[in-house]
Amino acid sequence: MSEKTTLTSSSIGRKVVMALSALFLILFLLLHFSVNFTSIFSEDVFNVASEFMGTNWIVQFIMQPILILGVLVHFIMGFYLEIKNRSSRQVKYAQYNGASNSSWMSRNMIITGIVILLFLGLHFLDFWVPEMKYKYIEGGTDATRYYEELVHEFSNPWRVLVYCLSFVFLALHLLHGFQSSFQSMGWNHPKYTPIVKRLGDIYSIVIPLGFISIALFHFFISN
Amino acid sequence: MSFESKTPEGPLKDQWTNHKNNINLVNPANKRNIDVIVVGTGLAGGSASATLAELGYNVKSFCYQDSPRRAHSIAAQGGINAAKNYQGDGDSTYRLFYDTIKGGDYRSRESNVYRLAEVSANIIDQCVAQGVPFAREYGGLLDNRSFGGVLVSRTFYAKGQTGQQLLLGAYSAMNRQIARGKIEMFNRHEMLDVVLVDGKARGIIARNLVTGEIEKHSAHAVVIASGGYGNVYFLSTNAMGSNATAAWKTHKRGAYFANPCFTQIHPTCIPRSGEYQSKLTLMSESLRNDGRIWVPKKKEDVAAIRAGKLKPTQISEEDRDYYLERRYPAFGNLVPRDVASRAAKERCDAGYGVNATGEAVYLDFSSAIERYGKEQAQINGEPNASKERVLELGKKVVEAKYGNLFEMYEKIVDQNPYETPMMIYPAVHYTMGGIWVDYNLMTSIPGCYAIGEANFSDHGANRLGASALMQGLADGYFVLPYTIGDYLSNDIRTGKISTDLPEFEAAEKEVRERLEFFVNNKGTHSVDYYHKKLGKIMWDKCGMARNAEGLKEAMQEIKELREDFWKNVSVPGSMDELNPELEKAGRVADFLELGELFARDALEREESCGGHFREEYQTEEGEALRDDQKYTYVAAWEYTGNPMESILHKENLEFKEVELKTRSYK
Amino acid sequence: MNLTLKIWRQKGPKDKGKIVDYKVNDISEHMSFLEMMDVLNEQLINSGEDPVAFDHDCREGICGSCSMFINGRAHGPAEGTTTCQLHMRSFSDGDTIYIEPFRANAFPVIKDLVVDRSAFERIQQAGGYISVNTSGNTQDANAIPIPKEDADMAMDAATCIGCGACVATCKNASAMLFVGAKISQYALLPQGRVEAEKRAKNMVAQMDAEGFGNCTNTGACEVECPKGISLSNIARMNREFLTANLKK
Repeated sequence: MSEKTTLTSSSIGRKVVMALSALFLILFLLLHFSVNFTSIFSEDVFNVASEFMGTNWIVQFIMQPILILGVLVHFIMGFYLEIKNRSSRQVKYAQYNGASNSSWMSRNMIITGIVILLFLGLHFLDFWVPEMKYKYIEGGTDATRYYEELVHEFSNPWRVLVYCLSFVFLALHLLHGFQSSFQSMGWNHPKYTPIVKRLGDIYSIVIPLGFISIALFHFFISN
Repeated sequence: MSFESKTPEGPLKDQWTNHKNNINLVNPANKRNIDVIVVGTGLAGGSASATLAELGYNVKSFCYQDSPRRAHSIAAQGGINAAKNYQGDGDSTYRLFYDTIKGGDYRSRESNVYRLAEVSANIIDQCVAQGVPFAREYGGLLDNRSFGGVLVSRTFYAKGQTGQQLLLGAYSAMNRQIARGKIEMFNRHEMLDVVLVDGKARGIIARNLVTGEIEKHSAHAVVIASGGYGNVYFLSTNAMGSNATAAWKTHKRGAYFANPCFTQIHPTCIPRSGEYQSKLTLMSESLRNDGRIWVPKKKEDVAAIRAGKLKPTQISEEDRDYYLERRYPAFGNLVPRDVASRAAKERCDAGYGVNATGEAVYLDFSSAIERYGKEQAQINGEPNASKERVLELGKKVVEAKYGNLFEMYEKIVDQNPYETPMMIYPAVHYTMGGIWVDYNLMTSIPGCYAIGEANFSDHGANRLGASALMQGLADGYFVLPYTIGDYLSNDIRTGKISTDLPEFEAAEKEVRERLEFFVNNKGTHSVDYYHKKLGKIMWDKCGMARNAEGLKEAMQEIKELREDFWKNVSVPGSMDELNPELEKAGRVADFLELGELFARDALEREESCGGHFREEYQTEEGEALRDDQKYTYVAAWEYTGNPMESILHKENLEFKEVELKTRSYK
Repeated sequence: MNLTLKIWRQKGPKDKGKIVDYKVNDISEHMSFLEMMDVLNEQLINSGEDPVAFDHDCREGICGSCSMFINGRAHGPAEGTTTCQLHMRSFSDGDTIYIEPFRANAFPVIKDLVVDRSAFERIQQAGGYISVNTSGNTQDANAIPIPKEDADMAMDAATCIGCGACVATCKNASAMLFVGAKISQYALLPQGRVEAEKRAKNMVAQMDAEGFGNCTNTGACEVECPKGISLSNIARMNREFLTANLKK
């Protein structure tokens, strides 16, 4: 046997890129959630944590670009693969009963993904763009602004509704994506895979539900 | 035409070694200039293609399926024999040889069978090296089981899919050679004639089944590995596409056809459920290791069962007739296939058949489940286990052994064999007869070889379980690749054979005319109509038991049916497209000739032996009665234009090592 | 029972093809699905029409020839079953049944329900073998003990019949279950380990070149596979491929 193929251009290589960026985003989400969660019980802790994240240069100039890159890679590769996969069967079936053998989530990652992408746009406009403007253009330094901003944003019922719905989609995306990224990396084991699936289910429900509760908490507090 | 067995001189055990030492070889540089055509990609054809290519020949392989891996060897379930004696139960090359000769009722060639037994051990080594996942014991070594009709455990297996795994092994070896460019693979191609130039096989005419194109392919030798002719019965355990066309066309061009009446009826198949039935499904014979075969003793119970008023589980032990155990106490349910099949027919003919068609007997696992359950309870340290617990444990053991077979049965019949006995009935399964070959596996056409089920050589009048896979692979991996060199050594200066020779043109024209006839005939009956009629004649009159009168009728009826076929057959579509009906028409046309020769051969052989049971020749107890004085020969038929007028050539079988005995399984 | 069949008819590779309606009557529930198709074809032949072409051979669920997409599912509604072993008892009187070919760009239609699966052949030729000569002069079969668990797992992977149901059912027309099974069979056995890395690279490269889609782990293939080949084989392939590429 002679050898042919390269990692990056291969189907499996691309799967792995999806999986690695997903796992990275899953970790980030956990971090993001932890910081936000503090806002429920302590304004000060939340402000301190946010100030740290917002001013630490490692976070700002190394981790933040990596995160943005991760998000971009995950979405671009996701779209690319979706287009390629769709075009792998040009003549469609007259009848296709996908529900009989796979979950809705697994078949519609592109839909849940697009909703999440749109949400991310909104989220950037809500928090990230004002924050960047305030910090780097206007040169603001108020270290207690974070909590107020948060409460202010969540006082609007429409925004809260959009956020809550988006987190439902995030949950659906994670319900398939969490365990799927392990499978893509080749981490499948008769003993540990069931645990990973269990963990994935818990994560996919608890984290989005947590975000939803934070939004609702501030909504009801402020109204 | 040559008709000598070419058995080497010397004592049996040295013949193959001496022969290999003395035959001519082709030097590696010359092999590059020699082409070999292999028709069929089952165990024999696949392994031969791979090995010939590996030796350096340019191989062209043909199969009618869309992949070599789909050849019907894939369906063999049970296992493959080899004289490895891993179990230390006294097995040896000689014993395997002896069992095969005896099992074949002394109608096979000693020298060939000994060689088969000799190379059997190599097959297992070879297959393991190729990555065939045979079943293993907990210690990591290979597992064996015992198989119908023998007293040692020499059968290697891969779940109930041994044929599949062995074929995939051969297929992988082929793939390696295809990738190297040494095998040129022609999938979805059917050989429709062999081309002789100066009396030697020099190529074939094949049809590309997708485009309909008729192609001429030349080579220095042609190997026929196209399997058996069981589908002459329409219903058999063969695949729908299994056919005799390659073999029959070779016969018509001069290859003798040997012992066509030696057909194996397998005892454990799923019974027919109605007229629409298109094929029969085999249940591995290994089931007989644990299942007990019975029918009710009382006719009234039979009637109640058929009417659906009584369940088999409601019949008490005293009212059951375990007829194999009754008739053959030593071997019981493990008697050879022909004996088990005839015994089932005998009971059903006597009116004890247990399904609506009256053609089924029970294969019951309840005692095995109980026995294994008790054993397991003992092992688990549950000596006081309840009856339910014992059954539960027993079912688990049975499931581990036969789970996939039980599942398959349930899928087809919609009954759970853990709860109620299976129904089985014999069905045509394997044809021992086939193209006559000499010791080198060459047919009576120089340069034309036949291997695997397509030849007649190793199983005599009856094949033992797990021996077909052994023979196919032995021929393809270890015999033909060497013996063919002896012939091809004369061809090193021949150069490429041109397909523009007039012989190719003539053969192509004949093939084309025949196909044109079919598509233009616009008759009134479909091909299947004729095939089913032929099948019924064969089953009724040339089936498990035959008699002179029936055979004469069969010959006449087949002849008439053939004449009608050539007048009234209807084939839709055209020649230059994928046209399954056209493919079938050609195959059935050949079966309609083969069937007649079959009946003629059965009529000629006035004795009962192995799978050939003539009602006139039986002992008082109804056992087969051989006539060794008159019929210890191979009946090799020469085609003369009409099966009725074929000329019989006899190859006398000499037995130097074994003494001819009456087979007794009592 | 009486049935309405909606069958994909396509004269040849270049024909556009369409669904055509047929009626069959008096179908017994004990018939296999293909026997029902035989009844239809006999009917078509007798009325001078072109019968429906479909691949089939062994009709006992092992050769992998049959390949129909029935009512939106590869090999129809029964799980762990090939089309040839599907029986009409899975349907009821008056049903309408959609029958389409296995579809994927890599499986172009030849005629009606017959598709070209030679992409599978080329993938196997790219490395689905152990490079050992068929001389018989290998070492004794019991020279390397193989743990029963490994042999059994290899066997489970090796039971693949190459029918292509995994591709047909996958929303992405991915062939990873097929390729994963083959790579796994050899990767699990010591004989196959020697070339495991090259094999994984080459077979994956050929799979990609054939135009199959990518796997998104929906698991549909595992459900529809008539031999129940496990998704863990895809994970193993991913692992094999990754380590092979990370090493060199």
